[in-house]
Amino acid sequence: MTATALGPAAPRPLLHRLGTFIYLRPWLVLSLLLGPPLLWMVVIYLGSIASLIVQSFFYLDPFTGQVIREFTLSTYRELFVPAHLEIFLRTALMAAAVTIATAVLAFPFAYFMARFASRRTKAALYLAVLLPLWSSYLVRVYAWRLILAKEGILNWFLERLNLLGVLEAALRIPVIGGPSLSVSFLGMFIVFVYVWLPYMILPIQAALERVPQSLLEASGDLGARPRRTLRHVTLPLAFPGVLAGSIFTFSLTLGDFVVPYSLGNSSFFIGQAVLSFTGTAFNIPLAAAFTVVPMVIMGFYLIGARELGAFEAL
Amino acid sequence: MSSGSPPAIRLDRVSRQFGDVKAVDDVSLDIPDGEFFTLLGPSGSGKTTSLRLIAGFDHPSAGRILLHGEDVTNLPPYEREVNTVFQDYALFPHMSVGENIGYGLMIRSLPKPERAKQVAEMMELVRMPGLEDRRPSQLSGGQRQRVALARALILRPRVLLLDEPLGALDLKLRQQMQVELKSIQEQVGITFIYVTHDQEEALTMSDRIAVFNLGRVVQIGSPAELYEHPASPFVAGFVGVSNLISGELARKITASPETFSVRPEKISLQALDQPAPNGFSSVEGQVRDVVYLGIHTRYLIGLDSGEDLTVVEQNRDTTSMDVMSARGRRVRLVWDPVHNRRVDVNA
Repeated sequence: MTATALGPAAPRPLLHRLGTFIYLRPWLVLSLLLGPPLLWMVVIYLGSIASLIVQSFFYLDPFTGQVIREFTLSTYRELFVPAHLEIFLRTALMAAAVTIATAVLAFPFAYFMARFASRRTKAALYLAVLLPLWSSYLVRVYAWRLILAKEGILNWFLERLNLLGVLEAALRIPVIGGPSLSVSFLGMFIVFVYVWLPYMILPIQAALERVPQSLLEASGDLGARPRRTLRHVTLPLAFPGVLAGSIFTFSLTLGDFVVPYSLGNSSFFIGQAVLSFTGTAFNIPLAAAFTVVPMVIMGFYLIGARELGAFEAL
Repeated sequence: MSSGSPPAIRLDRVSRQFGDVKAVDDVSLDIPDGEFFTLLGPSGSGKTTSLRLIAGFDHPSAGRILLHGEDVTNLPPYEREVNTVFQDYALFPHMSVGENIGYGLMIRSLPKPERAKQVAEMMELVRMPGLEDRRPSQLSGGQRQRVALARALILRPRVLLLDEPLGALDLKLRQQMQVELKSIQEQVGITFIYVTHDQEEALTMSDRIAVFNLGRVVQIGSPAELYEHPASPFVAGFVGVSNLISGELARKITASPETFSVRPEKISLQALDQPAPNGFSSVEGQVRDVVYLGIHTRYLIGLDSGEDLTVVEQNRDTTSMDVMSARGRRVRLVWDPVHNRRVDVNA
């Protein structure tokens, strides 16, 4: 050994000593990693939900328009008037329809991405799925309103194809129809499906990606034609991905107000109702109680999803 | 092989090309019914691709595949009467063990009671009865292996394909499964085509072995034939360990410069002052390395003529102390020249 090794050890830099100090204390590592996000989650996220729930137990004095800070269930009682129940039902049905449609559209796309696309094609498809999310959601919704408008490109295109009659027939269907696609539940449905599609494609694609090729080969080897392999192997294994995607599409539709506001009529959805209660009516307790409804629906949805095994793949 | 019936599998000049790479290059094979046939070779030699061509997961670029005389070259896997045991077992994770084994019967729409009966029989055959309700994730590697085997055998395929099925098991379990696989094969009488890169495994189980290298079959024969009469330096080196002797040294020993191989266990070590037995080949050298392996000891001998030879001796009368002290000692290597095997270096 050389003389330097025998001499007194040079003091180690402060930063190194600090690093070692932390390295030897796992609890410190843990708190440094989780501290900031937990602080954010607890104080800001859970805190605001707690304040929301507290608000929902107050009530608005109908004469003065003042929020009375006393515990009451009367605001919740207001949720059960027929007009409000109709809003909940309408929103939940729309969310369900949008979820089913996105799943049906997303599956073959995700299947192609996971099974057949080359590396380059897959990168291009990822970009195609994610690129719309880089632009403002509001802009895209308004763009769709122009596309779906009576003077819009879709009408023009259908007219060229002599299919305008089909569209008009669809718009004559009660409830979902309307004067034009840009003012109808049908149009709203189309736009919802468009804006939430990426949130369905990505989890399904991830789930399919995790299914080893050998499982599909084994199924074929044991005599299953491709359709039966799809039914007995691919779909059951991709199902957790579909459920994960559906949690996004369902909850996003439940809470959205931009799409109903832009393409809807006077029949409110939950998000619109909340907006109007916080705005002109300034009935914060009722708005808060309204917000609790999608939270409760999602709670049940998540319990159901857990029962079906959505979280086993996580 | 009965003369009248066609072979269980015939590969007729089969090639499979991936871009510029010929993974399988003009392979022809006949595998008679009921044989335990092994495709042996290093990774990338084309053995697994050949198996996948037989299974139907992949299709040849040229050539034909015949199953019991019927051309199946362009049939999908689900229309071929062969079943596969996969390297990663490929058990369906969302099904129980019983559902996995009964999958093929379910696809064939066999009624449930009949399915359950056959599944129970199969579980008996692979010696793990009563575990029908377990999930594959709750099984050990060896148990998964048995489930994969039962799932493939339940359809009574005409040919069973096994793709390195024991690769993931530890040595003890692997040796046990080798014996068991062979006995199951004899019991059910189905043709087994077995892919492995493990020459010892191939020698243990096979009736015949096809040695693959660079996409081609370089030799086909029984384990004894391959070991005792390797056709090329590659086979001599891949099936067992071999000393290849060529050039000047070969001329000194056999009076011919042609390359020959001699197996390490055929050579004996003795002291320099002891004369070689009559008619034996004899060379001198120095012990360069000693590897004590319990049952036997492997010596690396540096010959005076420059070559290295490997010699293996049983530890019947020697202790580890004895063998380890041999390092550096000068020795005479002697062997009976009947063990010299000419190998064709151009093969």
